[in-house]
Formats: sequence, C-alpha cells, structure tokens
Amino acid sequence: MRAFVSFSVLALIVVGLALSLSHIPFGNSTANTDRMHVAKYYLNNGVKDTGAPNLVTAVVLDYRALDTLGEVTVLFIASLGLGIFLSWPKKEGSEDDDKRGLPPASLIVRRGSQFLFPLILLFGGYIFLHGHLTPGGGFQGGSVIASAFLLMFLGNTGYRLRQKTLAVTESLAGITFVIIGLIGLGVGGYFLNNFLPKGSVFALFSAGVIPILYAAIGLKVGAELAGIVANMFGSGSEG
Amino acid sequence: MTIGNPMMYVGAVGLIMIGLFTVLSKRNLIKIIVGLTLLDTGVNVLLIAIGYIHNRTAPIVTRTYTDPTKMVDPIPQALVLTAIVIGLGVTALALALAIRVYGHYKTLDTRKIRGLKW
Repeated sequence: MRAFVSFSVLALIVVGLALSLSHIPFGNSTANTDRMHVAKYYLNNGVKDTGAPNLVTAVVLDYRALDTLGEVTVLFIASLGLGIFLSWPKKEGSEDDDKRGLPPASLIVRRGSQFLFPLILLFGGYIFLHGHLTPGGGFQGGSVIASAFLLMFLGNTGYRLRQKTLAVTESLAGITFVIIGLIGLGVGGYFLNNFLPKGSVFALFSAGVIPILYAAIGLKVGAELAGIVANMFGSGSEG
Repeated sequence: MTIGNPMMYVGAVGLIMIGLFTVLSKRNLIKIIVGLTLLDTGVNVLLIAIGYIHNRTAPIVTRTYTDPTKMVDPIPQALVLTAIVIGLGVTALALALAIRVYGHYKTLDTRKIRGLKW
C-alpha cells in the first residue's frame, strides 16, 4: 500500500516535470537566450556596476546581497538549532563524551592532520578572499575551513574547540556584514550599497565592499560549520 | 515541443525521484535524511541544467575572456549557491533531531516512534 501510494505520487510528479521541462530544451541557445532578460543585464553590465569579474559573485553580493544576508541567517539559525538540540542536558552519567574509549590515532595520522590543518585554513582563506575574481567565495571557503576542523577532530582524539572563540568570530563577522550594509544605507541610499571605490578590475583589492563581505561570510560560515562539527562530535567545551 | 538532449534532465529528475521515494517509503530516519539530501542535490542539478546554454562557459570574466554573449545565465548558479548552503543547514539540523529522537526512543524506526505513524 505504502509503496503503491509512493509510486503513484512519484509518477504524477514525473509526468508533471516532464511536461514542464519539455518546453525548456536543454542548452538551446536561441530559446534560452531569449528568456534571459535579467541575466542579460547582469552579463553586460555586471563588471562595470560591481567591479567583480566573477558574475555569480556580483549577483550574490551586489545585486542580491540582501538575499545573501537572509541565507547567512538561515545557516546561523540551523547551527543555533543544532547546538540547542545537541546540548540539552543529558541524563546523569549516561555518556561521557570524552571517555568513549577511543584509542589515540597513530603518530602519522596525528602529525599529518596537524601539518595539513594550517594549509587547509590558508586555502580556505585564499578561496574566500578571491571570491570576486575566481570561482569560489565565502561559502565555499568557509566550508573548506570547516573541513580543516573536521580533519582535526578525526585525526586527534579528544580535540576540542573553544565554543566562545567560535561564537565571537561568528558574531563579529555577522555584525560586520550588517554594519557594512547600514553604512551603504547611509552613504548611498540603500541597504548594502557598494559604497567603496571599485578599483581596477582583476585586482585583489577591487570591487568595493565585496571582498570584505565575502571575508565576513567566509569566517562566519567557517565558524558555524566548525561549530556544527564540534557539536556533532559532542566535544565542544563550554569555556 | 522539442526535446533537445534531455540526459541532464533525466539524471536530475531521477535523483529527485530516488530521494522522494526514499523519503516516502523508508522507515529509518537516517535513510529519510539521506533521501532529503538526494532530493536536494537533484533539484540543484536541475536548476543548473536549466541555466545551461550550449557553447557557453562559466559567467566569469577574465582578461582574455570578456564576451558576455559566451556566458551562461549566472542567476541559477547564484540560486543554487544559496540552495546548497541551506540544504547543508537543513541536513545538519535533521541529523541533530535524529540524534535526539534516538536518545529519547532508543530507535530510529518511524513505526516505533509514537506520534510519527504514516
């Protein structure tokens, strides 16, 4: 019964999707180009308007920066909810997270992860600082940074993160984002206005506020995801 | 009604369907969450595939590559960037909920969890 209902629902959805997608030929240049009204403007004027050669970044952090603020907020709420769920008071002496009887990892794994940790952090920083020039950006760089912390958790038994440091980083990055938006509101008349000079295209310090915003997003996402990893490992210390 | 080369669409819709079927028919919470991730990935692939145009590349201007008529639509890519991050947050939150459910009921089977009968 259950499988039958599932299959009928799926069949309905497949038919609906097939009917709608048959009007959108895959990769058809003429039909799809005619539909790109907004995108045409972005492609033609994006570099001039925002100073960011990566037009996806131009959309995410200039034309649609307010949506990005909402997205960061969603991720923040998810990480907050996860922290709340996982830090509910446990039953007395039910499970002590530190003493799960895991043997320490071998010397090679420990030293290897400690050696790679700063390099991965550096790579994450590179990705989010060059978000306006090359593929990548704050979210991707933040994920790379969090993966460095995941490596440390996996390679070092009993590795701990100071939740306070994470919280401070995250809050400062979020406040930076909002303050830059408010300055834009004061200077240019609308929230998240790109008020700094655009500089020369393809330079690292160009595109106005976009590198600052992406650095803030990178740190915020990195701190949030690292906090999620720490909570999942159950070893985030309170102090 | 012309259907060009629909393989990308078939793959994306296939992922969506596998995910949806998992969510609808499986009874283990972890499997349901895996289904949700598959669904999420399928939707992302579908959006990117809709934005693709033949003989065009990523919307990134370089010193030698400045022709805007040779770039695909940047808006679906920006949307999917958002969707990936939110999917990650949803997955993490769902896993946290599953951990709490397991701690409370000592099972991940939705049939044995009171109040979650289908």
